[in-house]
Amino acid sequence: MKLHEYQAKQLFAACGLPIPRGIPATSPEEAGYAFEQLHVAIANVKAQLHAGGRGKAGGILVAHSAAEAARLAGQLLGQRLVTHQTGPAGLPVTAVLIEQRVEIARELYFAITVDRSAAQPVILASASGGMEIEELAATRPETMLREPVDLEAGPRPAQIERLVRQLQIPQPLEAAAAQLFTNAYQFWRTQDAVLVEINPLIMTPDQQLLVLDAKVVVDDNALFRHPALARLRDPAQEHPLELKAAQVGIAYVGLEGNIGCLVNGAGLAMATNDIITLHGGHPANFLDVGGGATVEQVRRAFQIILEDTRVTAILVNIFGGIMKCDVIAQGLLDATRGMRLTMPLVVRLEGTNVEQGRALLAKTELPLTAAADLDDAARRVVELAKR
Amino acid sequence: MSILVDASTKVMVQGITGQAGAFHTQQMLEYGTRIVGGVTPGKGGARVEGVAVFNTVAETVQATGANASIIYVPASHGLAAITEALDAGVPLIVVITEGIPTIDMMRVRQRLAQGHTRLIGPNCPGIITPEACKLGIMPGYIHRRGSVAVVSRSGTLTYDAVWQLTQAGLGQSTCIGIGGDPILGTGFVDALGLLEDDAETEAVVLIGEIGGTEEETAAAFIRSAVHKPVFAFIAGRNAPPDKRMGHAGAIIAGGLGTAAAKIAALKAAGVTIIDSPAAIGSTVASRLGKKAKTIQTT
Repeated sequence: MKLHEYQAKQLFAACGLPIPRGIPATSPEEAGYAFEQLHVAIANVKAQLHAGGRGKAGGILVAHSAAEAARLAGQLLGQRLVTHQTGPAGLPVTAVLIEQRVEIARELYFAITVDRSAAQPVILASASGGMEIEELAATRPETMLREPVDLEAGPRPAQIERLVRQLQIPQPLEAAAAQLFTNAYQFWRTQDAVLVEINPLIMTPDQQLLVLDAKVVVDDNALFRHPALARLRDPAQEHPLELKAAQVGIAYVGLEGNIGCLVNGAGLAMATNDIITLHGGHPANFLDVGGGATVEQVRRAFQIILEDTRVTAILVNIFGGIMKCDVIAQGLLDATRGMRLTMPLVVRLEGTNVEQGRALLAKTELPLTAAADLDDAARRVVELAKR
Repeated sequence: MSILVDASTKVMVQGITGQAGAFHTQQMLEYGTRIVGGVTPGKGGARVEGVAVFNTVAETVQATGANASIIYVPASHGLAAITEALDAGVPLIVVITEGIPTIDMMRVRQRLAQGHTRLIGPNCPGIITPEACKLGIMPGYIHRRGSVAVVSRSGTLTYDAVWQLTQAGLGQSTCIGIGGDPILGTGFVDALGLLEDDAETEAVVLIGEIGGTEEETAAAFIRSAVHKPVFAFIAGRNAPPDKRMGHAGAIIAGGLGTAAAKIAALKAAGVTIIDSPAAIGSTVASRLGKKAKTIQTT
């Protein structure tokens, strides 16, 4: 689960991390009031959405008065902002952060994430912050520092010293930097974060270290032990169909094509999208009803696919494991009956009782094609979707 | 031969009184797995499918001599259940549970590094040596005993691959679902090492997916230490970047873990890449010819 910048900064402040003074607002009035509260001559009005690249996309504006802060907040709030990370539909701005403007002498990069193969946390840092991390890691990998961290002990003094030295932190800021790295790790560990990214971490001309922007992703699987974090979820940042699907235990990701896919199991669902593409088709979605496909899940999945108006044909690919194919076939018929399904539906069933399952499907009056195998299914649905 | 499990494996089920635990206990028994006991704290003395239930793992080991455990507890109890099995010195632990926090699995991996326990999963379908021992949730009937091993990060896609092999007349030595989570007890490299040393295994089918670097690491290992033919299918070639596709592990991060990178690494290591998920059985069959066939067991 991603946090907004303002949420991350509030949690950071509670952990002793240095952040610029700022106040979030969800209306122009609040934004104007926030500007007044800051007692500054100039402030940033920063759009809050779950994507980077806001600056270039016009999501960070400058206000010189409370009235201007209110007006700019009014422009941003409720708009969908398109950045290079959001996709063409953009993401809605659900809040703005009114924040003091600070002068920047240097920009650093600091992050803590999971090293999957080593099964431990890792600190990534660079003396050249501000830039996109992917770009930096790709073009100048030697500038990216990596410090594996012991889960329980946290970063050791020698590691912190090394970071301070390699990031060329000036002597007066050494203690503050060391404290910041330690506190950031404490936050990561205690909040079950999977990513804490401070980009940029800045030094001001008057020798202050500040977290200028923050990206935090917390472990969805650990939310059960962090009820306060779970309440920070912003459903407006999620695709409405993805959200609806997630609520009934279906993994759904909207794609750009026109072939609706209904599959059991994530790997098989990805493979189904792959084989459709191999045959020249374009999947409209990735949809995983779960490995154990129940009739009820299949029915719900159909409803989700049919809400996507771009879909012109549907492919159902179920490997009936424990659940028998005849049961699934009956479920499919029950689910589609009464839905007035007008578009072609190709069904590939495999597994226990597959013959009985196919026999049931053969009897229906629905526009349904029972495929012989996965390859046949993909070929047929691609053909039907073109018509 | 086979790896990790065979007809002599004595299995305990942690979380046996839960819905999934009870159902799969019945399924495993039906397949012929030797289930010697179950564990649910506070339910000691009960019976599930005729299997005696104990309060603790230690009691179960002592009373039954169990040498493998399969875990079906809820995710919030995952760490505690695994820790209990590790404390009792169970040599093989299979974790079916989905949704265990990443930090909990980091702690498990620290424990695993200190001992000799083999842990498979979490969030995996388990392991099966056909016609001998099914320690997992996979449908048993799709398997035949033979000489092709399958090692995979997926669930139903693995079943599909196994079914294709069986249909093509190729039986399996051992099939392992290593799981879809970011942090795993057993990776491709561990599994490949065991299969390379297994006399019954003639070839390996590796099923990977986007995200992480498990396949890239496997490629380096195959190049240096695997002499048996390896076939691979990588799911998610057409997945858009930075989209979560259901498995926590299937996230492309920072250019690492794309299907293209994995395929290139595996190809360079001499692995036969299978482009279509429908061609797994036929590709392996045509390469191996009549060499590997189903072995009839009695």
